[in-house]
Amino acid sequence: MASETISTTPPRRLSNAYQNWYRFSRNPTAVIGAAIVILAILAAILAPWITPHPDHVGAVVNFRARHLPPSAEYWFGTDNVGRDIFTRVIFGLRISLLLALVVLGIAIPVGTTLGLLAGYFGGWVEIVIMRLTDIALAIPPLVMALAVAAVLSPDLINSMLAIAALWWTWHTRLIYSITRQLRTQEFVEAAETLGASKFHILFREILPNCVSALAVKTSLDAGFVILVGASLSFLGLGIQPPTPDLGTMVASGSAFLPDYWWESVLPGAAILIVALGFNLLGDGLRDLFDVQEVR
Amino acid sequence: MEFLLFLVRRILWSILVLVGLSIVIFAIARVVPGDPARMALGPTATAQQVADLQEKLGLNKPIVEQYGMFIAGLSQGDLGRSLLTERPVNDDIRETFGATFELVLATITLAFVFGVPLGVAAARWKDKWPDTLVRILAIFSAVTPSFFAALLLQILAGYVLHILPTTGRLPHNMEFVASVTGLLTVDSLLAGRLDVFGEALRYLLLPATALALATMGQIARITRSSMIDVSSQDYIEASRAFGVPEPIRVFKYMLRPSFVPPLTILGLEFASLIGNAFVVELVFAWPGIASYGIRTILQKDLNAVMGVVMVSGVFFVLVNLVIDVLVGFVDPRVRIRGSR
Repeated sequence: MASETISTTPPRRLSNAYQNWYRFSRNPTAVIGAAIVILAILAAILAPWITPHPDHVGAVVNFRARHLPPSAEYWFGTDNVGRDIFTRVIFGLRISLLLALVVLGIAIPVGTTLGLLAGYFGGWVEIVIMRLTDIALAIPPLVMALAVAAVLSPDLINSMLAIAALWWTWHTRLIYSITRQLRTQEFVEAAETLGASKFHILFREILPNCVSALAVKTSLDAGFVILVGASLSFLGLGIQPPTPDLGTMVASGSAFLPDYWWESVLPGAAILIVALGFNLLGDGLRDLFDVQEVR
Repeated sequence: MEFLLFLVRRILWSILVLVGLSIVIFAIARVVPGDPARMALGPTATAQQVADLQEKLGLNKPIVEQYGMFIAGLSQGDLGRSLLTERPVNDDIRETFGATFELVLATITLAFVFGVPLGVAAARWKDKWPDTLVRILAIFSAVTPSFFAALLLQILAGYVLHILPTTGRLPHNMEFVASVTGLLTVDSLLAGRLDVFGEALRYLLLPATALALATMGQIARITRSSMIDVSSQDYIEASRAFGVPEPIRVFKYMLRPSFVPPLTILGLEFASLIGNAFVVELVFAWPGIASYGIRTILQKDLNAVMGVVMVSGVFFVLVNLVIDVLVGFVDPRVRIRGSR
């Protein structure tokens, strides 16, 4: 690989980790966001050990303890069959985070590759890819998931695949717009002149310049995927009971409004806080990297 | 002339997107499930019954021919029959679409009427308390799931304050059929029924607010940033130097170019707005296309579901067409460059 000799000096602001950390730690929204995200991930991983009633994850019935308001024993109260809502909320985080992980794990590589190809090669490659993204953008992810649920069966895997099948469009559009700007830059032309392979130019020259924008986008998106996923399970199309899921808990709890408000309001607040964490983190990263392209 | 060319190109493009959309929907409805006839009849049907239905629906023809039939039906506005209601899907959708359209119109109106002034205020008092307030509002509106916003509004306005109705479009004892446009607010005014109009507005307010929050936050945020961008332009500095009064400068010279990004954002956000409408309609028992879609999904009513997806997609494409034309109208640079 002769092309390895080409200098790919990363932008200076990325190279100074300490300086980045200093600026990050001075940005209160970013720190709060990062704290929420880290706490949520830890809580989800450690759920069986940190929750007071891990057995309430299944189809446990305890009628003497049903509809209890929040108390020292049941922090978030109990639901209509007497299960601890706090425990189920922490376990519900697992599903939400898993959803974000899988959807973005599919959408980012696919969307990024297509965006690089469309932005760099132009011509018919650009036309085909960008027109495909326009078509995919015309279908609301939630509606797509509904259609897939109707054809297959309503469960978590199908919903995740349906959301991922549309989500890549946002990454394609983002990477496409950056790549188009970079395509005519001197460092890309230099690599071309030196005979670097297309693969090298796309993934070693252009892609590193997209990383900060991708990081911002990924953090913001994780929050939005969690919201879409929660909406799906609220409609009954997510993971099926008795596995705890935040959206499902809000839906089943809402049947007991307004008297037993905690059964729907507290799981709903949990969704909001996790989404808020990813959003604040994304905003903080955007300030840190000074990325303009990402909404 | 150049505007006409822009328009034609934009319309042709919309048609192309719709063709692509129809292929996607056809693929989901006919290719993924394997045998739609078996699915429709259920596991207890005999082989003869399945074969008969396949024959009737044309499912034994080549797939390309089936797509041709699907398109031919679509172009005549025929979406097939609903298994759930046993009526043409068109009729079902026509009846429910009015409610959804009214909700979405009210939502967009609320989002702009509150979002744009909030954004202008935040830009005018940048880094002061109105700015902070708007930014907090924008973040919270973006991360609140719309079903949660809907539930909270329902609790607050319906159960705690008892000021607004929480479900439906009209009181049960009020007889009125929106037969002209399908929009209760418009039709009641046309019929001169002010009492119905008042009630329809009261019932519309909560769902529209729940749905508008997310879009409103985005619009406020984007209006703020584009107002700030515009305010550093030379011509704004010049107008300041010439002593143009501030209200004229802000509302005439700054707001017009600042109007383009919120419109564009609305176009992009519109897909998620339709998605959220499904959830909000469910919470408020709003008899719209989403309620219909969810009911038919549970019954595996493929024709109805595909109709709902197609209508959602067409709605999105049309709204974006209107927005692009509006943007081209507000900002001449867009139509000269030809957009996209």
